[in-house]
Amino acid sequence: MESVLRTAHQMIVETDGMTDTLELPRVSGQSRGEVIREICHHLAPFQSGERPITGDTVIAKDLTIDSLAIMDMVMELEDHFDISIPMNVVAEIHTVDQLADTIQKLCARR
Amino acid sequence: MGLFDRHAGLLEAYRDVRTTGYDPFQIQMERVLSPTEAIINGRKTLLVGTNNYFGLTFDQSCMDAAIEAIRSEGTGTTGSRIANGSYTEHVLLEQEVAEFYGKKHCMVFTTGYQVNLGVISTLAGEGDHLLIDADSHASIYDACKMTQAEVVRFKHNEPASLEARLRRLGDRPGNRVVVLEGIYSMLGDSAPLREFIDVCKKYGAYVIVDEAHSLGALGETGRGLCESTGVIDDCHFIVGTFSKTLGAIGGYCVSDDPDFDILRVTVRSYMFTASLPPSIVASVRQALKVVKARPELRTQLWANVATLYEGLAAKGFKLGPEHGPVVGVHLPDPMVAIGFWRAMLDAGIYVNVAVPPATPNGVSLLRCSVCAVHTKEQLEHMIEVMAGIGRQLGVLGDRTLRVVGGAR
Ligand SMILES: Cc1ncc(COP(=O)(O)O)c(C=O)c1O
Repeated sequence: MESVLRTAHQMIVETDGMTDTLELPRVSGQSRGEVIREICHHLAPFQSGERPITGDTVIAKDLTIDSLAIMDMVMELEDHFDISIPMNVVAEIHTVDQLADTIQKLCARR
Repeated sequence: MGLFDRHAGLLEAYRDVRTTGYDPFQIQMERVLSPTEAIINGRKTLLVGTNNYFGLTFDQSCMDAAIEAIRSEGTGTTGSRIANGSYTEHVLLEQEVAEFYGKKHCMVFTTGYQVNLGVISTLAGEGDHLLIDADSHASIYDACKMTQAEVVRFKHNEPASLEARLRRLGDRPGNRVVVLEGIYSMLGDSAPLREFIDVCKKYGAYVIVDEAHSLGALGETGRGLCESTGVIDDCHFIVGTFSKTLGAIGGYCVSDDPDFDILRVTVRSYMFTASLPPSIVASVRQALKVVKARPELRTQLWANVATLYEGLAAKGFKLGPEHGPVVGVHLPDPMVAIGFWRAMLDAGIYVNVAVPPATPNGVSLLRCSVCAVHTKEQLEHMIEVMAGIGRQLGVLGDRTLRVVGGAR
């Protein structure tokens, strides 16, 4: 299954559930930057050492955050963006980028 | 990769805990003397961490009923209800629990854990939406791993947070199933059930309420939070356990749903495990009679809760948000909690210690559970001991120290 979704500012190519965001920054009013900023805001307390949090940061591994705190952060993000991210979807998310992809995708469907 | 490598972090934490002395997760009760006392490490110890809310484990009538059942029906059923059949007493127990709640149907399980695991994962299936409180018990979380439904958590005890999540589902197809608990097991706080029910009604959601810690403790006749908040008829499924107030083991699920019995051939944790032995069924039936016949046990329980909660609060401890049969004492971090716990055991008092990741919001707690048959003297002694340890460990703040100092 392949579906292509276009908005004025962004194109998401979905292939078999894998999402690739192509450069363009806006989905339904949520820019990539805003989403990343919000995620980093919640992850900052769990930063370990000097290593900055980037899109490649593996949330459960590179940070000092446990699984419960990850779920609590997701709950905050859900309310901030007015979306729901089911637990089974959260389980498949590893990096900050993947989390941002999911949020943007769900915002677009809102 | 070794089989236990993925648990490396936990192993390390566990090793830290054990190097501080006894292992809080492997305490041996050398001999249990009564609902409130046992021999631990060779010394008589006050038990304030056993969920034995009415103290019925040593109730003479319950013990007699169990002994009599063993003599007449043997020690075990050696199989599940669907394979080996039901004993008359299983059926009677189900009728009695259903009657107790004024519901049409009841299923009895071998543990409360299995009730949640099986019932929740069966009721919410593919295409459905399961909504759980963030502080839900492990059995509810484990049900979430088994269900095909989409699972979303809402903020602990916040009906508005549930409502936002139900609203976001919009007109997407699928049943909405909401899981709540009467009294939460870590901090002893109870759900704003009426408000939750109002939200569920508005969005046509089914409600499952787990009364594990509230059976006996809440409500005019001890049916739990669903009774004290007057919403029994609005709870589609009420579940609970025989392992706490009723002093035995086992779990139940009651409902008015006309098709309820289909669960007997769909819930795997009911179908593929041995049923409760006759002695347990007999003692639970008797314990339920005691709960009905002796409301003074509930009065005593709450009087004891007030003694412990107010006593600890007056010493300056930070406690759970409200009076409850579980009194959670907040401590600054896991190591202090474990040190405090061990000092209490050395002083002859047993409570539970709860540390992350088993606790909500990463808090570290001493979890005390109150018993109707604790004496006031036992609890007052405990408060003094805890205040002493609290001061030694620097947990009680300056203000309290001054107050205590001034009182001397
Ligand atoms: C809220 C809750 N539900 C279910 C259970 C499971 O009960 P049981 O001990 O009967 O398996 C417990 C107890 O551990 C509990 O606290």
